This record gives sequence, C-alpha cells and structure tokens, in this order.
Amino acid sequence: MKNSNKKFLVEKVLNNTKPFDKNTLLTLKQITKEENNKPIIYIGAGTCGLGAGAGKTKIAIEQYLETNNIDAEIIAVGCIGLCSSEPIMDVKLPNKQRVSFEKVNNTDVNNILDDVFANKINPKHILAQFKSDTQEKWDNVIDISEHPFFEKQERIVLENCGIIDPTSIEEYIAKGGYKAYLNTIRNYKSKEICDLIEESGLRGRGGGGFSTGKKWKFSLNTEADQKYFICNADEGDPGAFMDRAVIEGDPHKLIEGQAISAFAIGATKAYIYIRAEYPLAIERLEIALKKAKEYGLIGKNIFGTGVDLDFIIKKGAGAFVCGEETALIHSIEGKRGMPRPRPPFPAVSGLFEKPTIINNVETLANIAWIINNGAGNFNKYGTATSKGTKVFALSGKITLTGLVEVAMGTTIREIIYNIGGGILNNKKFKSVQMGGPSGGCVVEQNLDIQIDYESLVEIGAMMGSGGMVVMDEETCMVDVAKFFMSFIQRESCGKCIPCREGTGRMLEILELITTKPDNSSNDALVRFRGIMELESLADVIKDTSLCGLGQSAPNPVLSTLKWFKHEYEEHIFDRKCDAGVCQSLRIFKIDVDKCTGCTICAKKCPTDAIIGSRKAAHYIIDDKCIGCGTCDEVCKFDAIEIL
Amino acid sequence: MKTEVDNILETYKGAKRDSLIPILQKLQENEGFLSKESVEKVSKYINVPTSKIYGVATFYNQFKFSPPGKYHIQVCRGTACHVLGSATVLSEIENALKIKTEQTTTDGLFSIEVVACIGACGLAPVISVNGEFHAQVTAESIHEILNTYREKEAKDEK
Ligand SMILES: Cc1cc2nc3c(=O)[nH]c(=O)nc-3n(C[C@H](O)[C@H](O)[C@H](O)COP(=O)(O)O)c2cc1C
Ligand code: FES
Repeated sequence: MKNSNKKFLVEKVLNNTKPFDKNTLLTLKQITKEENNKPIIYIGAGTCGLGAGAGKTKIAIEQYLETNNIDAEIIAVGCIGLCSSEPIMDVKLPNKQRVSFEKVNNTDVNNILDDVFANKINPKHILAQFKSDTQEKWDNVIDISEHPFFEKQERIVLENCGIIDPTSIEEYIAKGGYKAYLNTIRNYKSKEICDLIEESGLRGRGGGGFSTGKKWKFSLNTEADQKYFICNADEGDPGAFMDRAVIEGDPHKLIEGQAISAFAIGATKAYIYIRAEYPLAIERLEIALKKAKEYGLIGKNIFGTGVDLDFIIKKGAGAFVCGEETALIHSIEGKRGMPRPRPPFPAVSGLFEKPTIINNVETLANIAWIINNGAGNFNKYGTATSKGTKVFALSGKITLTGLVEVAMGTTIREIIYNIGGGILNNKKFKSVQMGGPSGGCVVEQNLDIQIDYESLVEIGAMMGSGGMVVMDEETCMVDVAKFFMSFIQRESCGKCIPCREGTGRMLEILELITTKPDNSSNDALVRFRGIMELESLADVIKDTSLCGLGQSAPNPVLSTLKWFKHEYEEHIFDRKCDAGVCQSLRIFKIDVDKCTGCTICAKKCPTDAIIGSRKAAHYIIDDKCIGCGTCDEVCKFDAIEIL
Repeated sequence: MKTEVDNILETYKGAKRDSLIPILQKLQENEGFLSKESVEKVSKYINVPTSKIYGVATFYNQFKFSPPGKYHIQVCRGTACHVLGSATVLSEIENALKIKTEQTTTDGLFSIEVVACIGACGLAPVISVNGEFHAQVTAESIHEILNTYREKEAKDEK
C-alpha cells in the first residue's frame, strides 16, 4: 500500500502539472483520510498532549477497540494549539465528518467511544467537527471555524498542526505539499525567489524582524564555493513553544520551506539547530527527513533538476545564548557558544567562514505558502510595516492556553479576551509579558494597540518569538523582573563584562528589594539607592554589551519599573508584597483566639521561630521568621494570618 | 577489551571538531553523564586536548559530570511555569527528596535538574521524569508522582 502510494504520489502528483482527474482526486482523499473505510481515531500526542495524559488515553483507546472487537486505525497527531483542552481525541467514522473531543482522560474513553459508534455525541467532551464537502455532518456540533478559540485565527503556519499525521509524508504531499518546492527549483531562479519573498513583506519571526528576502540577498550576492542555510529551532524564550509545535505537528512544512530558502541563496547544505529539550520534535524531524530522502526530495539532483541539498540535524546543548546567530554558528562548529562582534555578518561569512543564512522555524514555515499563494495574498494580512500572520503562545493566568495564529494588526485585547477567554478564574488582569527575557510587559491601557513589530517596541515590549505570558493580580512584577534577571544572569556567556557583571549587579539589587532586611537601620536608603542605580546600570549594559542578549537584558526591569513603579516602592518602603509572592516579605501572625496550642507549627517551623507551650496560644518571633508559610500550611485551625 | 565508549567513538570515524558536541551527547545518553575516562578517550580520538573538551562541555547546561539518579527529574523554571508557581513545586520536591537541585539522593534513585522551558507552557507548571511529562503539577500532586516512581522501583526489585 505504502509503496504504491509512493509511485502514485510521485507520478500523478509531484510530476504532474495538469489539473487532477477524478480518480486521482479520490485517491488523494483516501490518502488524506477524508475518505476512509474503517474508523480512524486521532490522538493529539504532542509534548503538551502527552503531558496532559494522552499516553494513557491512547492505551485506553487501544483497550476499548480490542474488547469491543472494532477494527480501527489509531493515529498520533501533533498539537492543534488548544493546550488547555488536551488530551484531544478525534474520531473519523466512514462517510462522517471528523469530530473532535476535548479533555479526554483515559477514564472518559469508553463513554465517548460508545456514543460515537452509536452515532451519538457526548455533550460533555465535544469540541467541534471538521468541514468536508463529501462527508456527512454531525448534528448540533459546531464547525471548528466557529469555535471561539479558532474563529478569529488565520492559520498559515499552523494549518496542518494537529490535523495531519506528522510521520506521513504521503499525507503532506496529498495535501499539496512539496509542490511549492518543485515549482521553485523547476521554474524559478534564486533571485526571483528572493524578490518574491521580499515583496511578500515577510520579516524574521525569531525576534529581530529583519526582512527575510533582503537578508537572503546578502548571501545570494556573495560569491562562494559553499553556502549554508541554518534553521534556528533553538526556541530559547521560555514561554514560547510554536517552533516545537510546528516541528512536532507538521515537520515537512519546515523542511519544504527551508529547502526553498536554501535554493534561494544557492546553499546545498542545510542545518537544523534544535534544542535538546525537545526530544519528540527531534524524533519527528528525523523521520520526516528520512522520508523526504526516500522520495528524492532531498539529496543529489533532486527530481532531475540538478539541484542538490543535504540536511543535517544538530542538537543544542542547553544554552540560551546559542539562539544568537554567531553563538549558534560556534556551537555547530563544536565550540563554546559565545557570540562574536558583527560585522562580518553571517550572511557574508558565517559557518566555517562561508556565507550562511539563519532563519527561525516560523519564518521558514511561511515560505511554501507564499510560493503557492503569491506575495499579494500574504501581504494582504497585516499592518503597514508587518505583513502576514504571527503565532503567539498564550500561557500563564489565562483561561484557554495554547497557540494562536492571527493576522498582524490584531489587538492584544482581542487575543487575550476573545480568543483566550480572558483571565483565569475571573481574576483581575495585570499585564502580559511579551518578548521573553528581551521583552517587556504590556499593561491594560495598551491592550488596544494593533500588534506589529514597531508598535510593540513603542510601548516598551517586543514581538520577540511570540510568547505571551499573562499575569494577574496575584503576580508580583518585581518578582517577575527578578525572575528574568536571574535567567539572563545565569545564561550570560560571560564574554563581555557589562553583561556578565552588570546583570549580576542588577540581580543583587532586585534581591535586596524583595527580601527581608537583616539590619533595619538605614536599609530603606540602601534599597532606594539601588533602584536609582538600576536605571543607569541598565543604560550602560544596553549600550556596551556585545550581543543581543546583553543589549536587551535590562528590558524586563525597565519595563516593570516604568509601569509598576508603585510595586517597587511598596517593596522598598513598606516592605510589602501585595501580591503575596515575595516570600520573605510576608509577615505572619498567630490568632491567639483560634490557636489551640497543638504545637504542630512550632514543630514544623524550619527556623524555630515559633514559641509557646502545649495547649496555650503560640507566638511568632518576627526576626527569626523567613516567611516560608509552613505554619500556615500545617495549621488545622486556620489560626495563622498573613498581615 | 573494547568498551561501549569505543564502540560509540567508532561510529564517528574521521570526525572533526564539529562532531565534538554530538559525540559528547551520545556518550552522555549512554552513561548518563560524562566520566573522566570517556572524555580522555574522546580527546585522543579526535585529537583535541581534554582542557578544550571540558571548556566546551562545561559551557553547556546539558552536560553532567556526575551520575544522575535512576529517575532524573527536570523541573521547568520558564516564565509560564514561574508565574504559576514552579518555585514552590521545586522547593517541595527538594524537601521531599531532601536534596538540592543538581544533587542525587543517597540511594541513587532521584536527581533534580532545573531547565529553562520544556515547551509545554500551556500546561504549566511542568516537570519531566526521565522524559515523561507531568503537567499542571502542584505541591500536593508532586508527592503522588514521586510515589508512583518509588512504587515502580519497589516492584522492580522484587
Ligand atoms: C540572546 C538571543 C537569543 C535568541 N534566541 C533565538 C531563538 O531561540 N530562536 C530564534 O529563532 N531566534 C533567536 N534569536 C534571534 C536570532 O539571533 C536570529 O536573529 C534569528 O534566528 C534570525 O531568524 P529570523 O530572521 O527568521 O527571525 C536570538 C537572539 C539573541 C540575541
Ligand atoms: S515555561 Fe515551563 S514549559 Fe514553558
């Protein structure tokens, strides 16, 4: 079956330029499983799905099929983007539309499947159904495009994620995959592709936002016997996971995009630098590359065009700075991943001193679509300066978490409230952090700006890679600043002094502000001086650091200082953390009326800060208390109060 | 006598400097950490001094120089996980196992590592034990999770 599919796909699809005849169309529908003879059960088994228990759900499905003697196929797909509804299970019965169920734990499987096989829908778990013009609809089930989470999305990068079988190149090709690549190498010159991408207005999705087509031309116009094309799949920004989802859910989209891009600059060697923390993505990528090779889509003399292209996967080894281009190149070369000054830019002299272009996963996942649909269809989305769509990773204190792909120019409010369903547990919104360790926070008054590269910088945030971590009233912004600073300080490679020493000093100041003073005399003054110094220190680090890591390191602090100065002041002068996050600033007191003298708190207190005799009320010695809250947790009589 | 390390090195015939990190990764995958002996072998094999190899290996967070526990716990300390309380989760694990991050329990069963982001931010806070993910963990559920591994171990011993 598989081999005859290959022959069919190569002859009738990849080597065919005419419109498809009826038989071909039917076979294609069988390959994409829109037409099926036996039931298919899909299970969302990306990293997040597995984390939510998809593994157990899958076992339950297998058992169900066995006990009920049902002959059905189980397919593990990537993540459709709605993490908070995982595990997600889809069922495709013959002649019926594919229907999707959410929050399917192993114990729910029997009920849901019993119903479906009896042509009924379990109302508790139903998510939506997928449209098809040949298959029968389920009654009273919304279409996926009407679901509030998906309704406002424009999916280019994520179009196949969670839908197709990521291990099947057949399905990808049957859906029109690799058509753009073959079209490119058969009919276009490198420069024409660069022009087309420049015209589309596509800008780098990895953070910098540089025009992709323009960048390619620097390499194209540099003469060399060897050029390289690197995909940056290091995805270092904690809180962003779109690159992982694309690779896990639709790896061929990246491979096709990168193959076109490599051709556009004349590179014959392509590297994918992927972080080691993504084992599943690496596995899927390896399978996909093997399949593409079998089909002759990579290798020597691809489809008789004379074009050569090899792919190599390089695993990162856990260093945030290796997302920076020159550090990444050093890492591939087997060295310490430290950046070097630019120029020369990698586009002219990069890997092994040859012209090298580095693009982010999401950037490359747009390329095939642009070739297929034209620059005009791409740049019709977006604002004056930023075209196309952008994937955002919604996480933190928000009702629906996951990946959303929207047209540039959508407002942040729309994403958080209409798509993401608002703040978790109806708490009050405080801010949303964008751009990770290089970015800043967006506050209520800026929620209505239209997202593009420039507008975000104007309000002190950044597009970055598209992480959006939502924070509510229970998040302490000083603590968030401290969190990023300690991240950056750990990840600073240590090559340049402003970044190495400066971030350490900034972290010290923030720690001083968020911990309990040991001597109370002129302490407030020291803290206040600290905060004055923070700003000038930040300026020096920004101006004098070698690479983007240092140059943007102070951003999270500056941005919180700008919008949440009162929180800093409260920490400094009142020694209070209203959000209750900064542990050591918490002051505990025992309510003498409620305390029964059971002594449990005194026994559990790690610093012996609680005194009192059995059956009499206990007291906390403030000087000894470290605010850990253990007493509060162990007290059975609710006698501990936080002041 | 040929050791496992030799066998691995043989698959990298003619390797140059740019294979150093992949070789170290492969060795660590096999042994769980980089022992002094294997680093010395790598040094001879690709003709790079051990000082340089350690220079590279210590730069990256991934490489370890002492054996990890049988169940290696990675706690995500990324932004999303932080906002949803991963600091508490981490200290709860440390207290329950009576070790600190980067340490291994005396029975060799558990070790803890802090990682930047596992990529499951939508289900924060997240931990991973030997590559198995646990999502939306709480200070309470941690104990259940640890117990399942302890029970598994007790069963294996029988
Ligand atoms: C400290 C630092 C970390 C970075 N991390 C990443 C990353 O994880 N992924 C990424 O695609 N780009 C990252 N970048 C940006 C890259 O250096 C580079 O600009 C990008 O990969 C270019 O691709 P693009 O034009 O497609 O965005 C990072 C930059 C810096 C300074
Ligand atoms: S922040 Fe923890 S998984 Fe991303």
